[in-house]
This record gives sequence, structure tokens and C-alpha cells, in this order.
Amino acid sequence: MAKNAFRKTSIGRKVLMALSGLFLMLFLLQHLTINMLSVISPDMFNEVSHFMGTNPIVQFLLQPILIAAIIFHFVMGIALDIMNNKAREVKYAYNKPSANSTWMSRNMIITGLVILAFLGLHFYDFWIHEITEKYIEGDMSGLNAQGEFRYHEELVEKFVDIWRVIIYCISFVLLALHLQHGFASAFQSVGARTGKNKTALQKFGNIFAFVVPAGFIFIALFHHFTHGAH
Amino acid sequence: MNLTLKIWRQKGPKDQGKMVDYKVSDISEHMSFLEMLDVLNEQLIEKGEEPVAFDHDCREGICGMCSLYINGEAHGPDRGVTTCQLHMRMFNDGDTIYIEPFRAKAFPIIKDLTVDRSAFDRIQHAGGYVSVNTSGNTQDANAIPIPKDDADKAFDAATCIGCGACVASCKNSSAMLYVSAKVSQFALLPQGQIEAKDRVLNMVNQMDLEGFGNCTNTGACEVECPKGISLENIARMNREFLKASIK
Ligand code: HEM
Ligand code: SF4
Ligand code: FES
Repeated sequence: MAKNAFRKTSIGRKVLMALSGLFLMLFLLQHLTINMLSVISPDMFNEVSHFMGTNPIVQFLLQPILIAAIIFHFVMGIALDIMNNKAREVKYAYNKPSANSTWMSRNMIITGLVILAFLGLHFYDFWIHEITEKYIEGDMSGLNAQGEFRYHEELVEKFVDIWRVIIYCISFVLLALHLQHGFASAFQSVGARTGKNKTALQKFGNIFAFVVPAGFIFIALFHHFTHGAH
Repeated sequence: MNLTLKIWRQKGPKDQGKMVDYKVSDISEHMSFLEMLDVLNEQLIEKGEEPVAFDHDCREGICGMCSLYINGEAHGPDRGVTTCQLHMRMFNDGDTIYIEPFRAKAFPIIKDLTVDRSAFDRIQHAGGYVSVNTSGNTQDANAIPIPKDDADKAFDAATCIGCGACVASCKNSSAMLYVSAKVSQFALLPQGQIEAKDRVLNMVNQMDLEGFGNCTNTGACEVECPKGISLENIARMNREFLKASIK
């Protein structure tokens, strides 16, 4: 029997979706750790930012993998949603999905698309600026006009605008909802969830889904209220 | 009790179909849901109208023939039962009840509330079996020791009656709960090992060809399944599929 390639089978897609999601969650954890430094010690934040921004392994290996994972995740997520909608042509006149599943699990595409819109803004805010500075203008020093590292001040400046902070917070609430389902779901997709670890996975997933976005929100609010005045 | 029924009527596979209102009265709360529909059909036949077509056979929750999406849930509001086991005491006098067919592209409507679930049969044919030599010296199955836990889980998976409630409840019309039950009932037993690789690959391939959607782990199927088939089976099928794809 002629069979589809792994990435074109239903389970293959599920597994790849989960692997990209798991990778993105690891990335979030790393990103949060570094951002936390901006609250604890601006100097440390500058050092680490400079390292991440200039280290060739980070820049030319990890960064492309990250971008590929993000693109794969949202393109596949959107494609799957379209295909899944087509699998039921006539909808029910009366449906009661709340009786058997959570809002988070049914609306991954909505929470995902909001995150995607946020990522657009985020790229515009930080990434495009970094690329222009480093690779187009060729200034790899990471220094400002006064000869100090520019990363911390650039970060803080972004959070002066209250609207940006609000958009930031809303997006992270939606990320929390995405992960509340996504965390345990990813383990189920790769076949790692069992009757024994199911409850623990969901509990840990709930903690992860709360703590990580809450951390990012805390950082945004911290900078807005401590440095927002100038 | 007296009820208003909103029922999907569709003359044939190609007909447009629509929801039609009916009234039934003096329904006993001890009746099963299908008996209530029998009462409606008697009324319709007496009036010279076409009775409502719906699937049923054993009427005791073992054949998997009955279906129906009742008030937004497969097999109605009760848990762990099929529509034939659903009692009218789950409803109140004066209620309006929506009755629709199980909907999925892979389950085309034949007439009214009856749908064609032969896609499930084709998935079974693709690998849901063990080849047993019937030469006359077949080994007694009990001669092979099997851990109790595995035997129990295989048995639990084997209680799937192939009703399709999982597909009907899933927002993606995914058949993964059904297929995973059929994969698991063999994957857990030594007799199933020889054909394990081809089984999972062929059954998943057939499932994809039939046009079912892709699982997003919402878990609606597990809640609505009349036999309590667990999501654990889907995780097991994913593992089996991964193993089979890598080797
Ligand atoms: C940092 C950002 C993100 C993280 C950490 C993340 C994480 C995850 C995780 C862990 C899953 C579960 C995978 C599974 O069920 O196997 C998931 C599913 C999903 N994600 Fe994301 N995601 C992110 C961004 C996005 C974006 C931008 C979209 C855009 C559309 C998106 C759309 C989806 C969809 C539709 C699903 C459900 C797919 C399915 O279960 O088949 N996600 N995500
Ligand atoms: S898994 Fe449950 S809902 Fe699905 S076909 Fe089997 S018995 Fe019916
Ligand atoms: S009629 Fe057999 S299970 Fe309902």
C-alpha cells in the first residue's frame, strides 16, 4: 500500500507540532531567565545580552533553528486548523463542547494567532533593530554613544509606552491559555503521557503556564513603573 | 412528560436536509431514548408521514449501532451510556430536545439520522486483526502468560463498540480514539507483536485516507465515549506509530 511520508501523516504532523511546541517552551524559559536579569542587575543583563547577540553558535545555529521552529509551528498550526474544519462540512445546529472539553483546548488557533500578532510586534521592536544595528550597520560593539552597553536602556525604553505594556500583558495572558493546554498536550502527542503521569503533567503544565507568562508580565510592569517616569 | 423534538430530516445522501419540529406527549421517564423515538414514529406512521430513520440493533449498549447527537452531545447528556441506554428521566417535562446525526465528512448521511460508518470497517480491514493459523493445532491462548495489568488494559481497549461517538464529539472529527483502541487491544498482547508494525502504519494510513481530522488532544472523545476508552490509548498508538516509522 502506498503510504504517506511521516510528515504528511496525521500522527507525524501531531508529533512535529508537539516537538516545535516543546522547543518553543524551552526557549521561553531561557528568554525569561535572561530578561529577569534586567530586573536584578542591569550589568549582568548587558553582559549576557552581548554574549547572546554576538556568539556565533547562538546567532548562526540556535537563532535560525528558533526562527524555523516558530515558522513551522504557526504554519502547521494554521494548516491543521483549516484541514480539521474541513473534516466536518455541516456543523451541528446545537453543539455543547463545554460539556466535554476546555476552552483552552478548543481555541489553540485563537490564542496562537494572538501570540503570532505579538511576535510581529516583538520582531519589529527588538529583532529588526538588532539585525540592522549589527549586520547592516556593522556595529557589533553593543555600545551606545557614551560607550556603555545599550541593551538595558533600549529594553527599558520600550516599556515607557503604556500601550505597549498593555499589548504585552494581554498577549502573555493568551500565551498562558495556550500553554495551559499545550504543555500536557505536547507530551500526549509524542506518546509520553500515561495514566500514571497524567495528573502530574497537567499540574506541572498549569504551573509552567502561569509562572512563565507571569514572569514576563512582571518584567514589563517593573520597568514601566520604575523607569517609566523619565 | 411532553416534549418538543427538533430532528434533522434528510431524504437521502444528496438531499439538503433541515431541522423539523415534532411534539410527543405522555412519554414515560422509564423509556429509553430510542423507545421515545419509536413512539414518535408510530405517530408519524398513523398520520401517513415518513417515520424518522435512526440506527439501532441490540438496544443494550453492546453493538455500537445506535448513534445520535442529542442536545449537543453524542449519545446525549448521560455519561458511559449509548443512546439506547439513555433514559428519558435525564430530561424534564416541557424540554426541547435537539436530535442530529453524528456529523463528519467521513460519516456521510444515508437518511435522516442514519450515517454511513463503514470507514471504521475499512480501517479495521487495514490491520485490526491478528493472523491465526487454523491448521488444527492452534495453541490455547491461555498458554501464553500475560501480565494482569496488560491483559486488563487490552480488554478495556477491546470494549470499544465502534459507535463513532468519539468522531462525532471531536471538534476535528478525528477518529484517533477509535483507531487507538483497535491498535491497543493488540499492541498490549504478545499475540499482537508479529504484525504490530504494519498494523499501526496501515490503520493510521487508512484513517487519514478516510478524511477524518487530526487530533488536538481536547479530550472530548474520552468524555463522550460510552465505553470510557481512555486517551492513554491514543498516546500508546502515537508511540507505536513512532516506533514503526523509525524502524
Ligand atoms: C512562543 C510561542 C508558542 C509556544 C511556546 C507554543 C506552544 C505550543 C504547544 C506546547 C502546543 C501543543 C502541541 C501539541 O498539542 O502537540 C501548541 C499547539 C498549538 N499551537 Fe502553539 N505555541 C506558540 C505559538 C503559537 C503560534 C504563534 C501559533 C499561531 C497560529 C500557534 C498555534 C498553535 C496551534 C493551532 C496548536 C494546536 C495544534 C494541535 O494540537 O495540533 N502557537 N503550541
Ligand atoms: S472509542 Fe468509544 S466513542 Fe469511539 S467508537 Fe469506540 S466506543 Fe464509540
Ligand atoms: S443499539 Fe446496540 S449499542 Fe445501542
